[in-house]
Amino acid sequence: MVTILYFARLREALGRNSEQIPLPPAVRDLEGLRAHLVARGGSWAQELGPGKPVRAAVNQSMAVGDMPVADGDEIAFFPPVTGG
Amino acid sequence: MSVRIQPGNFDVGAEIAQLQGNDRGIGAIASFVGIVRDVNEGDRVSEMTLEHYPGMTEKAIEAIIAQARSRWQISDALVVHRIGTLKPAEPIVLVIVASAHRGDAFAACEFIMDYLKTRAPFWKKEQSATGPRWVEARSTDDIAAERWRLKG
Repeated sequence: MVTILYFARLREALGRNSEQIPLPPAVRDLEGLRAHLVARGGSWAQELGPGKPVRAAVNQSMAVGDMPVADGDEIAFFPPVTGG
Repeated sequence: MSVRIQPGNFDVGAEIAQLQGNDRGIGAIASFVGIVRDVNEGDRVSEMTLEHYPGMTEKAIEAIIAQARSRWQISDALVVHRIGTLKPAEPIVLVIVASAHRGDAFAACEFIMDYLKTRAPFWKKEQSATGPRWVEARSTDDIAAERWRLKG
């Protein structure tokens, strides 16, 4: 299982702040997981699809597409940050 | 070195005194306070709500402070960032850096703030006359953070 968290605009658009899913066997990295979620269609494809300004973290560190993901990881998707 | 995420306000004077403590080697303390503005993108803003990623936020800011420590001589540093709903004119973020000399204190304070803007997981949603909207990240913030790569 992996835990996936969603924040800010993504949380609202996807209608959830977190979920736990079994890591699909074909998914090896962050980009793979994003593609897996996009394949759900609807708002998932809309919000996480190519060209969307989505940032991500793996185990609470900022990460980019080729970052490996593994069973037990906490992965987060969110818009570019706007603090300060 | 400490990081606090809190809904409540902060007392800048008390925080500076606390950071200085009894360290007689400190010769300079630089501070930055970020304030909620009443206008953004040409629209009146009546309030904004800050969301963050608990756990990661603290780690990200601690990492930024650690980077500042590796680049400048810093005696101590503090970052306080508020979350929840804030109104215009309310303080939102505080950065304090203590050092032996002002150059290091100024530079590290600005560096921490620039990096926080692009690396710490906070998101602002503002209420304006046209309804609620998520604040979009600014490319000028990326540029501000990037320029630190070029100079020491």
